[in-house]
Amino acid sequence: MTMKLVEALEVVARTDPGMVRGHNEDAVFGDVSRGLVILADGMGGYNAGEVASGMAITLLSTGLQPLIDSCRPQESDPATGKRLSHVHIAQQVAITNDSIFKAAQSQPLYAGMGTTLVVAWFYENQMTVGHIGDSRLYRLRGEAFSQVTRDHSLLQEQLDSGMISAEEAKFSQNKNLVTRALGVDPEVEVEIHDYDVLPGDIYLLCSDGLNDMVEDEEIGLTLQTLQNNLELAADQLIQMANDNGGRDNVSAILVKVRGDFAAPVCWWRKLLAWFK
Amino acid sequence: MAKMILSMDGLVLKEIPLDKERITIGRKAHNDIQIDNLAISGEHAAIVTILNDSFLEDLNSTNGTLVNGQPVKKHFLKNNDVVELGKYKLKYINEAPVAANADFEKTMIMRPGGLKAPPPAEEAQARAAAQTVVGIEPEKTSAPVGQATASIAAAAVAPAAGQAPAAPVQQQLPAVIQLLNGPNIGKELELTKTLTTLGKPGVQVAVIAKRPHGYFLTHVEGAHYPIVNGNSLDPQAYQLEDHDVIEIAGIKMEFYFKT
Repeated sequence: MTMKLVEALEVVARTDPGMVRGHNEDAVFGDVSRGLVILADGMGGYNAGEVASGMAITLLSTGLQPLIDSCRPQESDPATGKRLSHVHIAQQVAITNDSIFKAAQSQPLYAGMGTTLVVAWFYENQMTVGHIGDSRLYRLRGEAFSQVTRDHSLLQEQLDSGMISAEEAKFSQNKNLVTRALGVDPEVEVEIHDYDVLPGDIYLLCSDGLNDMVEDEEIGLTLQTLQNNLELAADQLIQMANDNGGRDNVSAILVKVRGDFAAPVCWWRKLLAWFK
Repeated sequence: MAKMILSMDGLVLKEIPLDKERITIGRKAHNDIQIDNLAISGEHAAIVTILNDSFLEDLNSTNGTLVNGQPVKKHFLKNNDVVELGKYKLKYINEAPVAANADFEKTMIMRPGGLKAPPPAEEAQARAAAQTVVGIEPEKTSAPVGQATASIAAAAVAPAAGQAPAAPVQQQLPAVIQLLNGPNIGKELELTKTLTTLGKPGVQVAVIAKRPHGYFLTHVEGAHYPIVNGNSLDPQAYQLEDHDVIEIAGIKMEFYFKT
């Protein structure tokens, strides 16, 4: 029995300035009926960070919504052979990047502004995830809690090259350096991957204000303990980050998969697929 | 900037700022830090600094390099680490920026090939631009999504006035829950975890969150809310007091601090 997206997904989004910062430079977005969630963590002086993250969320969501309504995301693009979901995300990210970059160029106040990004698009028991920078997507499946995205950061590069161990990384003073961001250069590469989605899965999109302040293990345990009350789980995550010092803005989007959401397949599509 | 303090027999000889990407230590004259002592190899060790982190490397020295008493080949230096070469000691000092500097953990973009620090002028300018006002009370935004038509975009929040940064996390008094009826009457449960769930899944569940300033009881699922001292709770978290009596899914229990 398959469900519609709105029935199959439960989404809760929270963002909080934290305990130290005056501004909230994070931005979150969720559209359950289209299976789209986006989180951005802005950077730049004065209020430029919030301008960048706000632009990213608004431009990307308004750009993607009509595309989501009119395509079958897992089909491939005839021109490039790539999955349509990848093509659309890459294209809309490029447009968004261009707008933020130009705004930063034209307004001295916004010079150098940029933002991280993580976007997840759910469709037919799958999702396509795109990310730039150190905002993350995690998955809780059964008892296993794992990080799905890999940060584009100096620390991750040092971890990959074996220069530093995971234990040592906790003490690094270079935690806040991203190697990729949206809006800082004329072009940006967004990393895109597809994943299977199972009923019962819980996905967490978060800014580094959460995972820098709360250990992964604690985050996982919280999701597991409070999975039947997603709102409370989100509040608890924000609270834990703030109880531990809340040194940065904290944002979290939780997506719980309540059921199967495969598209009903009509007979002629099956036939068509069979002939391909 | 991080630095090393060179000493021998408790006598400070020199302070060395780690202002170069690579600083070499050895007996020979071409080293950045020359230690003219026979126990030190010609090229003994090197310190590689990448932005705010430093790594120590032993260059296959004859007598070895110790960090905090342990021999190392390669080591990620942490504040107050003591490096020993023969009779000489080098203490690594890399203090985290003071909390008053609110932008110390601001995420920044690293340009490709930009392992070098930005020119001072640009850096100072960036810092000035990034300066935020300290002592501002954060305002909460919460944006639940969930309706069919829901389409929300919660972005920036305007700051309000006046509050100091978070107090340091204090050690919470240990507390327990003791069951007052049911098959496990008398049983004690220590609240050691951040979250402890109580009740029957599918019927009624509540959670006790252990926080720096107390233990808080919150309803999780089920049609009924927990009852504390005879009164039903509302959806808000309730801060537990010593000897509160809680009732969840027909089970009564007492909360108290262990002294």
